Amino acid sequence: MSTVSTRAPARAGRTTKPDPPAKRRRRGRERQWPAYVFLTPWMLGAAVLTLMPMAVSLYLSFTDYNLFDPPKWVGLRNYTDMLTEDPRFWRSVGTTLKYVVVAVPLKLLLALGAAMLLKNLGHGRAFYRSAFYAPSLLGASMSIALVWRALFNDGGSVSHVLNAVGIDAGGWVGDPDLAWLAVVLLTVWQFGAPMVIFLAGLMQISPDLYEAAALDGAGRWRQFASVTVPMLSPVIFFNLVLEMIQSFQVFTPAFAISGGDGGPADSTMFYTLYLYERGFTASHMGYAAAMAWLLLIVIGVITLILFRTSRSWVFYSDEEGR
Amino acid sequence: MNLATRRWLPHTIAVVGLLVLLYPLAWLLATSLKPADEVVTSLDLWPSRLEWSNYTTAMDGVSGVGVTRLLWNTVLIAGGAVIGNVVSCSLAAYAFARLRFRMSKVMFAFMVATLMLPHHVVLIPQYIIFNQLGMVDTYWPLILPKFLATDAFFVFLIVQFMRGLPRELEESARIDGCGPFRTYWAITLPLSRPALITTAIFTFIWSWNDFFTQLIYLFAPEKFTITLALRGFVDQSSTSAYGPMFAMSVISVLPIVLFFFVFQRYLVQGMATSGLKG
Repeated sequence: MSTVSTRAPARAGRTTKPDPPAKRRRRGRERQWPAYVFLTPWMLGAAVLTLMPMAVSLYLSFTDYNLFDPPKWVGLRNYTDMLTEDPRFWRSVGTTLKYVVVAVPLKLLLALGAAMLLKNLGHGRAFYRSAFYAPSLLGASMSIALVWRALFNDGGSVSHVLNAVGIDAGGWVGDPDLAWLAVVLLTVWQFGAPMVIFLAGLMQISPDLYEAAALDGAGRWRQFASVTVPMLSPVIFFNLVLEMIQSFQVFTPAFAISGGDGGPADSTMFYTLYLYERGFTASHMGYAAAMAWLLLIVIGVITLILFRTSRSWVFYSDEEGR
Repeated sequence: MNLATRRWLPHTIAVVGLLVLLYPLAWLLATSLKPADEVVTSLDLWPSRLEWSNYTTAMDGVSGVGVTRLLWNTVLIAGGAVIGNVVSCSLAAYAFARLRFRMSKVMFAFMVATLMLPHHVVLIPQYIIFNQLGMVDTYWPLILPKFLATDAFFVFLIVQFMRGLPRELEESARIDGCGPFRTYWAITLPLSRPALITTAIFTFIWSWNDFFTQLIYLFAPEKFTITLALRGFVDQSSTSAYGPMFAMSVISVLPIVLFFFVFQRYLVQGMATSGLKG
């Protein structure tokens, strides 16, 4: 199965002159209503479950709302409270940022390393590709989160292994300095998904390029820096944006490892966990809506920055990315 | 490096990596079969004897709701989500990939943008809507959105697949007098089977693993899914319940593991193409 996109046909014909009056157009091409029939479910969902809720949650973010009484307008108070008077909010921001900054690069580096390893494996590549990918399907489940909690608990396998190699380690789960790292490792464990994407990208790099580089005297490291990285940069960029967005929203593992309440000492109170606590446990829906919009803005700004910087490091070999 | 090392080193790294990666799964399976007193005392993965009673205890479920019921509930939700996604996403995808209409570019751009939208921004208003409709504590909030193609990822996946299909068949169908609906049903849909299968499997697995939405919308224990039942173990720190708890965990990941073995080609391929075509 080819992984190359063939977008050209879809674009062909778009550059023709403005459409002639409806009646004179050839049949089959001109009627627009069938398209809207096909799109009805999607348009309904986009309007009722996406656009309208976005607007409503923006409105709610300026109100005091507990789901039962009508929302009470409070202006910017949710935002100012959050930013100036809520240490738990800042704690959750700190934990989440720390997690994103550590987990995303670690996961992507491991994914890239594994993809390069598999590329050179030849025999057995398909087997390892599938096997390395499996954790990505299981990692989001509550079962695995519970396993993680047990493995990193006091007396769990991890502390046993660390003690055996001479490091005095207790349980990470109960340690405010280490609990978030257990969540990081659970994320990194799922490196298979970006690895599969990296591998598909690596397989598309023409061997000619490596040959030419080798003829010019480039060693393995130089080939990696001057051929692999630039050719793979669109895929690296894609994975980076995707993983960043997903990581900001981590919930299940944080919920399980923290015992459901962000503990110990709020050290695993990830942003979405705090949002859930504020909105659904404490019934401060307005506050939670403000947190959600702040999350959207932060993710939007970071994505924008990544897109901006991408111009200087992401290399597209030609229009269709072939 | 001599030739032999060069050949064997990657394989060795791959094997070691695989063992590390699979350890948590092996541990899960082992612990689900261990007698209570061995869980903490022994690092040995192999239990001294197989404690099958962990599984019979697990089958009792939680709060008087048995595991078969919990599994059935989860299948109901995941099955509904699969049907919804396959139908609604393929309909929208066909319009985006093959039909021309006003605002198509704007709508497509919007659809791609929602790929990146954090779910939390729409969470509370959606909750209010479902609450108004009296659908909280039913499965509708988990299934209904799927019938409205809210999972943009799959619309995108199917669009990309359909755009890669040869146009000749559809052209000749049109010449033979097929309208867009016939063409969609008789030509494009059957040809898009791989993308639809990928959509179905991913939807099933993601609904099966979902926790957040279920946590928010479901309250009555008899409506619980297997994930919500497992949640009850989260704040429990005593290791004495490990056996039954992880037996239930094994039961809950078993369908995903089976799906993985049967459909791994579609899963890996779907993952690879979604990334490259982005």
